[in-house]
Amino acid sequence: MTVNKMTAAEVARKVIENKALFILDVRNNDAFEDWKIEGHRFEYLNIPYFDLLDGIEDILPILPTDKDILVVCAKEGSSLMVAEMISEAGRDVFYLEGGMKSWSSYLEPIKVGDLTGSGELYQFVRLGKGCLSYMVVSDGEAAIIDAVRFTDVFTKFAEEKNVKIKHIFDTHLHADHISGGRQIAEATGATYYLSPKDAEEVVFKYTPLEDGLNVKVGASEIVVGAFYSPGHTIGSTSFIIDSAYLLTGDILFIDSIGRPDLAGLAQDWVGDLRETLYRRYRELEEDLIVLPAHFMIIDELNENGTVAKRLGDLFMENHGLNIDSEIEFRQTVTDNLPPQPNAYEQIRQVNMGKITPNHDEQTEMEIGPNRCAIR
Amino acid sequence: MESTKILDVKGMPCPMPIVRTKKAMDKLVTGDILEVHVTDKGALSDMPAWANASGHTIVEQTEISSVITFFIKKA
Repeated sequence: MTVNKMTAAEVARKVIENKALFILDVRNNDAFEDWKIEGHRFEYLNIPYFDLLDGIEDILPILPTDKDILVVCAKEGSSLMVAEMISEAGRDVFYLEGGMKSWSSYLEPIKVGDLTGSGELYQFVRLGKGCLSYMVVSDGEAAIIDAVRFTDVFTKFAEEKNVKIKHIFDTHLHADHISGGRQIAEATGATYYLSPKDAEEVVFKYTPLEDGLNVKVGASEIVVGAFYSPGHTIGSTSFIIDSAYLLTGDILFIDSIGRPDLAGLAQDWVGDLRETLYRRYRELEEDLIVLPAHFMIIDELNENGTVAKRLGDLFMENHGLNIDSEIEFRQTVTDNLPPQPNAYEQIRQVNMGKITPNHDEQTEMEIGPNRCAIR
Repeated sequence: MESTKILDVKGMPCPMPIVRTKKAMDKLVTGDILEVHVTDKGALSDMPAWANASGHTIVEQTEISSVITFFIKKA
């Protein structure tokens, strides 16, 4: 039987379209427990490849015959070896091209909605890492918020849409992934905005992102407005787009809230986080659609694959927005925090321009889940 | 450390380091020590996990200029 290759893009379509898939993950148990490909209707079997070197006969009876089987490993080599063994035993099987490394890198652009005039808003879903980037497209111009480091995905998308990238924003100095904002700005001549409060140690030139800054995209009246909302970092800034969408960065997620500790100042910033979530956001229109910079669990995806929900609904449903006691809130976001993202201190250094790792080193740093939230 | 046999799998990507290590180990007897030289970073987590699953003991591990060396005692 044949061994077939499945790309990260094809796996992403299965996640978004709620298709069934049987994943045989042959990485070691710790790696699998830490981070895996999540799908609503995916089933899993985790057996390290080195336990299968003597043969795969033991697992043949438990491999389903009514759905595709995808063998997954870290890079590709082990999954290909195991897939070949399964194929020799007479079964059809797929392996994941590029392994979890390519899964971590894949971005799926999905349209969130139409804006005033002919404008459009796109969300770039990085399923493997849970990162969300945004592009506002209007009248031949584009603005990007929280670009990840795969800059060609954004520049190619802009070319396809026939728009020029004019403005690039980061909601904050990221600690879980490497920003592509500065590189895209250098390549396109766009303006790169960063909050000065987050950029004290940054070693490159940027345009200060201040509360109340409004930028128009294209000739039409689509305004991207900055709204100071500290707490995850001291410079964290939200954006209100076309009076309809609220980009919350790492302050507010669909089913969780931001953590205040990734720059080492949890105790100092917990008050800011409280102020933003319980007062600043409360003053906004409840009909705004919240678009965060991350998702943590697959259940946060909507049916069309986007991660988006009405602010008013989050006020009702999000546990982190419903802790009445300030003391309890303080405890929730400073005690028993989840583990930090992989290499988060190094990633902050990269985003400040202090170190410049090569492509492979960047991939290695970004392995694993984003871990930016408190549930 | 004295080893019974030396296995050089430098430059080989996953899964070859473990595949070769297992084959070499199958030819040794209980108490023998296999010395493995590997450059694939995945070995840092996979070699101990494999040794643990097969009952062997990693008695020493070093990393010098990106070459990882394992001394594995056969169970």
